[in-house]
Amino acid sequence: MSTELLQIFWSFGIFVIILAVIGLYCLLATYNLIRALIGLEILIKAATLSIIVVGYVTGRMALTQALVVTFITIEVVVMAVAIGVVLGIRHFNDSLDTRKIRNIKG
Amino acid sequence: MSVINIILLSILIVGALWTVLTRSLLRAAIALAFTSAIVAALMFRLDAPLAAVFELSVCTGLISVLFISTISLTYPLSQEEKLQHMQVRMQRFRWLPVIVVALGIGLSLMTVKFTLPALAPQTQSDMRLVMWDLRPLEIFGQVVILLSGAFGVIILFKEAGKK
Repeated sequence: MSTELLQIFWSFGIFVIILAVIGLYCLLATYNLIRALIGLEILIKAATLSIIVVGYVTGRMALTQALVVTFITIEVVVMAVAIGVVLGIRHFNDSLDTRKIRNIKG
Repeated sequence: MSVINIILLSILIVGALWTVLTRSLLRAAIALAFTSAIVAALMFRLDAPLAAVFELSVCTGLISVLFISTISLTYPLSQEEKLQHMQVRMQRFRWLPVIVVALGIGLSLMTVKFTLPALAPQTQSDMRLVMWDLRPLEIFGQVVILLSGAFGVIILFKEAGKK
């Protein structure tokens, strides 16, 4: 593999790592459920971009595009169900704050 | 690495920071759509047009609509609550820009030498052929996931409606 391709891989890698850190920080530091989902979404963006970059560098764009399409489908379903759960929680607790969810009994 | 890619990646990071640090949830959802659009533009630049179209239509369009409709279903905070909430939130998020800048400088100064493992032989060069010929089970899986998601949402709203 050429040095130029590896350089592209590392240059994108730096930004992908930063994007993943932003998503992870948002996920860890927030108490709002919708903001947590937004953080998760940013993390997923970082993962998607990294898959595409690897496909570009290795020259296997067909396979990576197929993977990313599947990934996006799963992402949408996860988001739709998570938003349904969040709305259910808000309905029972009147709040989106994770600290106020006290009625989950297991 | 072209300059346009670097500019797009920088805008992507700024968009992600805007998404996380902005005050209102509505603006965060719009900023997320903007970030998705930049990711789609990067995919176009990296010769992945079909994935980019998916990203643009589904992540920028559908997920933004989902988020904005969810936010419209929740109560807005009063002005005093919002101010108080913001002060507390800013305290928690004050380290994020510092971490991002430090990480960016640290990683760009790092000289990483690595070699990727040997590649598997290329089977198909067209994404449609990969989807339909090589991975037909994946399409079946996608249909099952979509159906389970749809039924999951229906059940969640049904239960909420009953109570």
